[in-house]
Amino acid sequence: MSAKRYAMAVDTRTCVGCTACVIACKTENDLPDGYARNWITEIATGTFPSLDLTIRSERCNHCDDAPCVAVCPTGASWIGPGGIVLVDPDKCTGCKACIAACPYDARFVDPRTGTVDKCTFCVHRVENGTPTTACQDICPTESIHFGDLNDSDSDIARVLRTREHYTLLPDAGTTPRHYYLK
Amino acid sequence: MQELTTTRANALVDPVLHIWHGEVAAYLFLGGVVAGIMVLVGLSLLQRDDGGRSRHLALLPWSVPVLLSLGMLFLWMDLENRWNAFRFYLVFRPTSPMSWGAWILILVYPASLALAWRTTPAAIREAVRARIARWWEPGERALVGMGGWVDRHSRAVAWTNVIAGAGLGMYTGMLLGTLASRPLWNSAILGPLFLTSGLSTGAAYMLLYRLGDGERIRLARLDMGLIAVELALIAVWLIGLASGGSATRAAAWVLLGGPYTTAFWLLVVGFGLTAPLLAEWMERRGGHVPGRLAAVMVLAGGLALRWIIVFAGQHVGWSEAGVALF
Amino acid sequence: MRRREFIRISSYGLGGAALLGGVTTDWFHLYGGTLPNPLTNGDRVVPTFCELCFWKCGVLAHVKDGRVTKLQGNPKDPLSRGHLCPRGTGGTGLLYDPDRLKKPLVRVDRRGSQEFEEVSWDDALNVVAENFLKIKEEYGPEAVALFSHGYGGSWMNHLFRAWGSPNVAAPSYAQCRGPRDVAFDLTFGSGVGSPERTDIRNTKCLVLIGSHLGENMHNTQVQDFAHALRNDADLIVLDPRQSVAASKATHWLPVKPGSDLAILLAWMNVLVTEELYDREYLELYAYGFEQLRDHVKPFTPEWAYPRTGIEPELIRHTARMMGAARPATLIHPGRHVTWYGNDTQRLRAIAILNALLGSWGRMGGFYVPASVSIPPYEYPALEDEGLAPADKPSPSDYPLADEVLAQGVCDATIPGVRGVPSIRAWMVYGTNLPSSLPEPAKTYEAIQALDFLVAVDVLPAEITGWADVVLPEATYLERCDEPFAPSYREPYVTVRQEVVPPMYDSKPGWWIARELGLKLGLPSFFPWKDAQEYAEARLKPLGFDCETLQREGIVMGERQPIYFEEGAVPTFWTDSGKIELYSQKLAAAGFDPMPTWHAEDIEDPPPGYYRLLFGRAPMHTFGRTTNNKLLLETGPENAVWVNTEVARAWGLKDGERIHLKNQDDVTSTFTAPVKVTERIRPDCVYVVHGFGHDTKKLRRAYGRGLNDSELVTRTKVDPIMGGTGMNVNFVTFVRPDAVADASEPDTVEGAVAEEVAS
Repeated sequence: MSAKRYAMAVDTRTCVGCTACVIACKTENDLPDGYARNWITEIATGTFPSLDLTIRSERCNHCDDAPCVAVCPTGASWIGPGGIVLVDPDKCTGCKACIAACPYDARFVDPRTGTVDKCTFCVHRVENGTPTTACQDICPTESIHFGDLNDSDSDIARVLRTREHYTLLPDAGTTPRHYYLK
Repeated sequence: MQELTTTRANALVDPVLHIWHGEVAAYLFLGGVVAGIMVLVGLSLLQRDDGGRSRHLALLPWSVPVLLSLGMLFLWMDLENRWNAFRFYLVFRPTSPMSWGAWILILVYPASLALAWRTTPAAIREAVRARIARWWEPGERALVGMGGWVDRHSRAVAWTNVIAGAGLGMYTGMLLGTLASRPLWNSAILGPLFLTSGLSTGAAYMLLYRLGDGERIRLARLDMGLIAVELALIAVWLIGLASGGSATRAAAWVLLGGPYTTAFWLLVVGFGLTAPLLAEWMERRGGHVPGRLAAVMVLAGGLALRWIIVFAGQHVGWSEAGVALF
Repeated sequence: MRRREFIRISSYGLGGAALLGGVTTDWFHLYGGTLPNPLTNGDRVVPTFCELCFWKCGVLAHVKDGRVTKLQGNPKDPLSRGHLCPRGTGGTGLLYDPDRLKKPLVRVDRRGSQEFEEVSWDDALNVVAENFLKIKEEYGPEAVALFSHGYGGSWMNHLFRAWGSPNVAAPSYAQCRGPRDVAFDLTFGSGVGSPERTDIRNTKCLVLIGSHLGENMHNTQVQDFAHALRNDADLIVLDPRQSVAASKATHWLPVKPGSDLAILLAWMNVLVTEELYDREYLELYAYGFEQLRDHVKPFTPEWAYPRTGIEPELIRHTARMMGAARPATLIHPGRHVTWYGNDTQRLRAIAILNALLGSWGRMGGFYVPASVSIPPYEYPALEDEGLAPADKPSPSDYPLADEVLAQGVCDATIPGVRGVPSIRAWMVYGTNLPSSLPEPAKTYEAIQALDFLVAVDVLPAEITGWADVVLPEATYLERCDEPFAPSYREPYVTVRQEVVPPMYDSKPGWWIARELGLKLGLPSFFPWKDAQEYAEARLKPLGFDCETLQREGIVMGERQPIYFEEGAVPTFWTDSGKIELYSQKLAAAGFDPMPTWHAEDIEDPPPGYYRLLFGRAPMHTFGRTTNNKLLLETGPENAVWVNTEVARAWGLKDGERIHLKNQDDVTSTFTAPVKVTERIRPDCVYVVHGFGHDTKKLRRAYGRGLNDSELVTRTKVDPIMGGTGMNVNFVTFVRPDAVADASEPDTVEGAVAEEVAS
């Protein structure tokens, strides 16, 4: 029996950068003002009128070789079910070594608790009977794919088999589990 | 031309990382001084165990727990959830330099207390024992017992201090040096650099006290050597960064033309290293016993080095370096 | 070594190793462990529909301990299909906005001073009724006008019907969609509707004229847009700016602003010349093909090139793409189309192109919508006094307008514009007129001239600051509104219901209309005691009750054929009963029966000036959401898009804050950051509309970003139906220090005076 390996893929062909994912995550996860667990990045290249625009919905990459977990002195940063990288606020001292360690700048300190927070792949949903993350659920262009990589019939496995994709900062050596479809 | 727009508004990482400030810099500095004292006093104990040292030098090691506590207070203030600090001591994470540091700090206290008791002149030890005997008998018995143990295992105490001190000095650099996502810090040189700087600032701290002439001369000579090594390490570090990929080059730029350039070259390299080196060298040539001015400069330079590296290192991450993100 | 010692050392060693092993690995389960759970799921989940914009997506509202925690899409809703745009998702930011209007207010100082006293509803409504009745006595009920925008406005519209004033205007007509619906009505006999009857989902070739789907976030359209992209539909975008949609296009045509009609005519030329039109369809259904064929002869791609900047081969290529995909080619009519004053003709061209490709009534083009017909409430008959609205200078002006022109009602309020003003009082529901009407100076002049102004809204805005009475309406999450049964691809009925009780002293629109109606002596038009009773009466003949609807959220109607291919009957409600490529009606009214190019319609910007273009951001609904805490996190303010070459010539840096000043020397009150970008032509600048509020009552929105409405001091009015073209203003850059000291010469301007806009 193989354990689950959760992963996410954002289709950059259809993502319009509307930020519904950002707002949905904020309300689903009751986030503090001024902080979000995900964000939109737009990169425009070229010279008028030959232009290229890449739009991505970004968040924690839930890396296989997560530097944030390696560097955490108390074990608060840990790898949870399905490979989801999580933070246990009971154990977090707010030393911020993990924020310094993350090449994607995906973490922040929740000012209400002083503990570190980040995307959880909605583990409270996906491990509890609702198989979608809040951002995936809300996305009007259905650009967010999520599921168990180890299930070859899952949408995420299929879409990674059939579409060209990339990850961010592959040279950072983190083996991210967040993909972008070209 | 590349235009990068993001909706991320995370005050801790935008527009540049700022998670660690003066508290961390102050702790790194004090940790370095403490490491220096432990190593230098430990080495001197290994050389001459006969107690022929000046009174101030003999009592110096008591600075270690004081300075270290001050440093740890700064560290504790930096924590966002500081009342959870005990969690550092429920686990040991070998992949986390911060975990190494937490445990080394625990080791440093008993080691330095043992060292301090060992070097304290007998007369003072006796006075303390007598004072304690008056109001807490079991305490006095424990004190005598531990004192005897320390005297019998003097070499072990010395070695423990040398190793723990060296570990402390190295780890403060490795803490930053192993963070792969901050190109300015990410270098194996940072560990040895901070250790050398720690030894140098430790020597400078000791030079602030009224030591014997011979002691002063020896310490000053040692300090000059350490400063020279430090300058060499900084050069190697910057050359390495400047000849690396675009991320490390962008990081190096922060100190070579960017916002922290003047501060670094003036305060650290100039005022903190070159000037005291020259001062000590001139004093040696002139045959004078070295004064305190150079020591103060070295200490200020040590703090500036750590301060600037902490802040400058947060200035450039992978995206600020304009690294193609995919 | 003795055995005891060996055992002692070994046990210490093993114990130490175990301890070390335990704390370095997760053996003791000391690492992590607790799975997070934000616990935002509601104790109850209430279906309703959204009002952050005007699309009315079905929403599921989670309520926990009396508080709405989050909003999700209702999977059963045909418009939202379980997904929401960022605005709907951030609806709790409106519900819990501390700046909300809380109590009825009555003005105590001069108009505009924003000094109010809080009064009871009874007192406030008495003031309104007294003033309305006084004006009725002196000038007649038609002297009271209603401006209304938003679904809850239906109650006020009903009130004004009962009251007897024909002067009921929605800015969404002549300031937004009007030209498009008139143009399509002239061509096909039907308007485009909202939700638009566009079959984006199934199209094989989508053509967007200025529409920026993806930044314009009409939920269903964006969903369908993504679906079409996934199915490899071709996408052709005409836009002077590289919008998000343009960035995904197969071909982006960065057309010179104002010259879109030239491209449309050239496309017609290619389709006709190369016989890429749907011959059978036109033979069956269209009138005027021969006239059109002859008419478009001179409009070749070569003719269009110097006028538009688009290469002839690209014009031909895109026309061929459109032809090849027919009839599943959709030239989207857009929504806000009041641009240059010739907009009805431009939309006629779009309608004609669709007709040539045979897309009207066909899959991948325009479907035939169906709706559940909810019988109206049985009110007593109204005496029709044949009163015409006062919005036109004379009855022969704007002859084809089929709704009241909001700017015309405003004009009729200003003394001197048409002699003695015929409008004496306004009720303004849910629309911030200084920003929704162009030429704000005129709006403020009208406001000053009014005898009485009452504003009904959820949040303060500039208009509420100028009112004599302000009535706080409850938000969409706190009220019932009319049952909603739109004309759409699937017929259905849905209802808006109270998710949480109204906060503060706010009241739902139906209650306000009813209470006011009673005070105005119109009890026979408000016989129902609440919206529930009203809805029950209307829904009963359909066979279900309010309770079912409130529980289920959606009740689907019987699916109808929506394409001619499936059996939908091709009916064209034009005078001829056919699709009119050549419009008899336009010819009779003295207008071009087929769209034609008039060079004088479009002027070039003066040197040193750039055409001001404006549009939408996905997380905002113009000025309505710019105080919303959640939505401001991802859309904190608007920026002025400036081409890199232009920025270089002016020495503007990315992020530098700038004022804009227009051709009439009006300078924006606030600044916005410059966005130096390659994504826009050098002859225009672009901002998102809705920022730059100057009412301090909106504490977060005040002073945030730049207000483009201030700069729309000139309009070109469409002679056919009165639409106010607003893209006819030109702006230049003014640095903040140049504005602070007005006496100093503006060196930035002086230096660039000779700069010829390329």
